[in-house]
Amino acid sequence: MIKYLIKRLLLLLPTLLGAAILVFFLLRLVPGDVCEIRLAGTGLYADPAEIALCQKELGLDQHILKQFFDFIWGYATFDLGKSMWTGAPITHEIGLRFHLSLQVAIMATAVAIMIAIPFGIISAVKQNTWIDYFVRAFSIAGIAMPSFWLGILIILGLLIGTQAVFGEPWMPPIEFKPIWEDPVWNISQLIWPAVATGYRYSAVATRMTRSALLEVLREDYVRTARAKGLLEKVIINRHALKNALLPVVTVISIEFAFLMGGLVVTEQVFNLNGLGRLFVESVGAQDFNMTQQLVMLVVLIFVLTNFFVDILYAWLDPRIRYS
Amino acid sequence: MKNIYTKFATSLAVGAGLALGAGVANAETPKMGGILEYVVPGKAPSYDGHIETTYAMIHRVRPFYSLLIRVNPDNPSDPSDFVCDLCAGDVPEATENGTKYTFKLQPGVKFHDGSDLTSEDVKATFDKIIFPPDGVASARKSFFRAVESITTPDEQTVVFKLKFPTGSFIPALATPMNFVYSKDDLDAHGYTWHKANINGTGAFKFVQHQKGAFIEGVKNPDYHHAGHPYLDGFKAITTSKMALSIQAIRGNRAAAEFRGFPPKARDDLVKALGNKITVQESNWNCVLLATPNHKIKPFDDTRVRQALTLGLDRWSGSKYLSRIAIVRTVGGVVFPDHKFAATEEELTKLKGYGKDINASRAEANKLLADAGVPGLEFTLHNRGVDQPYKIVGTWMIDQWKKTGMKVDQQVNPTPVFYDVLRKKKSFDVSLDFNCQSVINPIADITKFLGSAGNNYGSYEDQQLEDTYNKMLQSGDPAEQRRLIREYETRALSDEARMMISLWWYKINPHRSYMKGWKIAPSHYLNQHLDNVWLDR
Repeated sequence: MIKYLIKRLLLLLPTLLGAAILVFFLLRLVPGDVCEIRLAGTGLYADPAEIALCQKELGLDQHILKQFFDFIWGYATFDLGKSMWTGAPITHEIGLRFHLSLQVAIMATAVAIMIAIPFGIISAVKQNTWIDYFVRAFSIAGIAMPSFWLGILIILGLLIGTQAVFGEPWMPPIEFKPIWEDPVWNISQLIWPAVATGYRYSAVATRMTRSALLEVLREDYVRTARAKGLLEKVIINRHALKNALLPVVTVISIEFAFLMGGLVVTEQVFNLNGLGRLFVESVGAQDFNMTQQLVMLVVLIFVLTNFFVDILYAWLDPRIRYS
Repeated sequence: MKNIYTKFATSLAVGAGLALGAGVANAETPKMGGILEYVVPGKAPSYDGHIETTYAMIHRVRPFYSLLIRVNPDNPSDPSDFVCDLCAGDVPEATENGTKYTFKLQPGVKFHDGSDLTSEDVKATFDKIIFPPDGVASARKSFFRAVESITTPDEQTVVFKLKFPTGSFIPALATPMNFVYSKDDLDAHGYTWHKANINGTGAFKFVQHQKGAFIEGVKNPDYHHAGHPYLDGFKAITTSKMALSIQAIRGNRAAAEFRGFPPKARDDLVKALGNKITVQESNWNCVLLATPNHKIKPFDDTRVRQALTLGLDRWSGSKYLSRIAIVRTVGGVVFPDHKFAATEEELTKLKGYGKDINASRAEANKLLADAGVPGLEFTLHNRGVDQPYKIVGTWMIDQWKKTGMKVDQQVNPTPVFYDVLRKKKSFDVSLDFNCQSVINPIADITKFLGSAGNNYGSYEDQQLEDTYNKMLQSGDPAEQRRLIREYETRALSDEARMMISLWWYKINPHRSYMKGWKIAPSHYLNQHLDNVWLDR
């Protein structure tokens, strides 16, 4: 097992290097210039000498291979560089937003699991009944509805609803406070994006749970368990569900990794100062340094999540052994 | 019928709001205290006003700094009303045939770090802006081409000596980005220190900046305008979408957004909140222009360019576009509310400004036929920003189609848009804009000069340059006005170098409890917040 873990960890390096090469050179193909945007993005005249000066300050006048080497060397020296837009260290910029994105991802995952597992089970157990139809319709709606649109509906609903009831419209806070600083503020801000994204996320997981469980319930060993006279509840909880969870765990983990950097629009709808918004802003500003580090972070999260999921498989299914 | 009532009610509420904003606030006694929360869309690269160009910096950082002179905060809509900020008394008149300005500073002004402000600080600030050393950026040094030297006869006096008299000096001095820095800071920390650090003499002291989230300031008890500021502090919250800014005001997470909203947002807020919303509106010193690429055929032909301007029905556009976009006023090269702006009678003499659109379009078609390009086909290059780029771009295309032209639109995100406009120059006709802070017609209209750095038409027009130079050197306002008409006629009509669409219109709905703030004709102006107070 340890040998397997070391091998998997070593395999991360070429994956990350490949991603680094791709993101670095692809970003340089995008037309535009961060200095032009900074100095003349509002339509004002910018002296070409000042633009050249800005490019020099940011190291954009250096040979592209030198820039790439500096980018890679930064990992060896634990220096991710500075944002080309704000000049602040990238670790600081990402650190500011990381815990918000992590908290939303965890809350959305919790919402998704709380909806998906019970709904998926009940839908499978009550297959082709009105309950099953309801759950399937509910989950199809979740897949069909973009989470940002649901987010807009939630905000408008809160504004209109609270004004109708209390006379003054209320909306969730638009600035973040950590949960240890002000838990009520924190939850009242983040619960809505968690619900909006968690619903869509749960829809996929519900359908996956249902179909996986239906498949397992048709297995011989389940029939044997029934023949032994075990209670249906015991059969599902102890024998069927654990086996059915393998694909569900995969779906949930991929979605979790996606949420860490992919809540681009939802973060804008709820004014969350998270990694997704930072991503969009850095692309819009042609801040290559920030964009490539964010891509690398997301790649790392995906790779590590997959790694942990593989390990989780072994716990869920004792037949899986790594060597 | 219901629709008529809704419109009537909305108009009534807007009217009431305007009245509240314009009149009642003046009559009330300001209350002390409170934290003003407002939203700022967009983000700023740094805190350094001398190098940044975005309003997103001004809205966050301006309250920490003072200027030597500023637009009168009680009368910001008057483009020629300037008052002292750090200087004492009134803004001085020029002496020595208009080539010398002597400013006396207010005594006892302190920076937030406790050090005293002297004339050396003002000199160091303007030396950095006007005569930056090699390797130091300055976004507005071109505004001060007339300045020969800055001297400090004593600790409280600053003298600006000009090479020639010019009416553009005082407006340039009042530019809201000209933050006065401490000489000690510049000497000790260098010219880049202010990018990431703040030490001003403004109404508020810096507390914290959570990047991407908010910036916070607290009242400066030593502020040099006695009795100000009224607020205990402010918090400028970053938002990423206009819809969210509107909702934030509606949901009372913010009292205001100072850039401006489209008419629909104003109507929605007024409808939802009634007299809890006050609306202030003003003509805006920004305009979208269509720039033909003179290097690409057939746009090198004056007749084709004239046909483009003749195809636009600006007067009806003003009526209809102003319902959905932040544009409204028909105008020439000068901001419409300035005394140098063309009157309606003067405008209608220009090609494309006539009130008979059918006659204009018939003339456009004849010109295109004469130029050998009937049914001209081209692509309009546009920026991927809804308000007002895409809306105005789509309107222009519709107008040109009505004239028989075939026009496609290529919309690019901002970085690509500027890459095409400034570097590749591979467009047929591109939307571009001219947006300034302090209204300074002589400086603002340089945009139309082929030699201007921010002109992307790729043309040379010596006659236009000569007229401009005469205007710049003239000390007589009547003569300047006459020369501006000559310049305008050549730029927009005789040569049709660019096509002005409509001047922007600024609409600021804000919570009625925020008082004291008055709308200015630019989103860069009047953002020091020292006169704002909360009535709640």
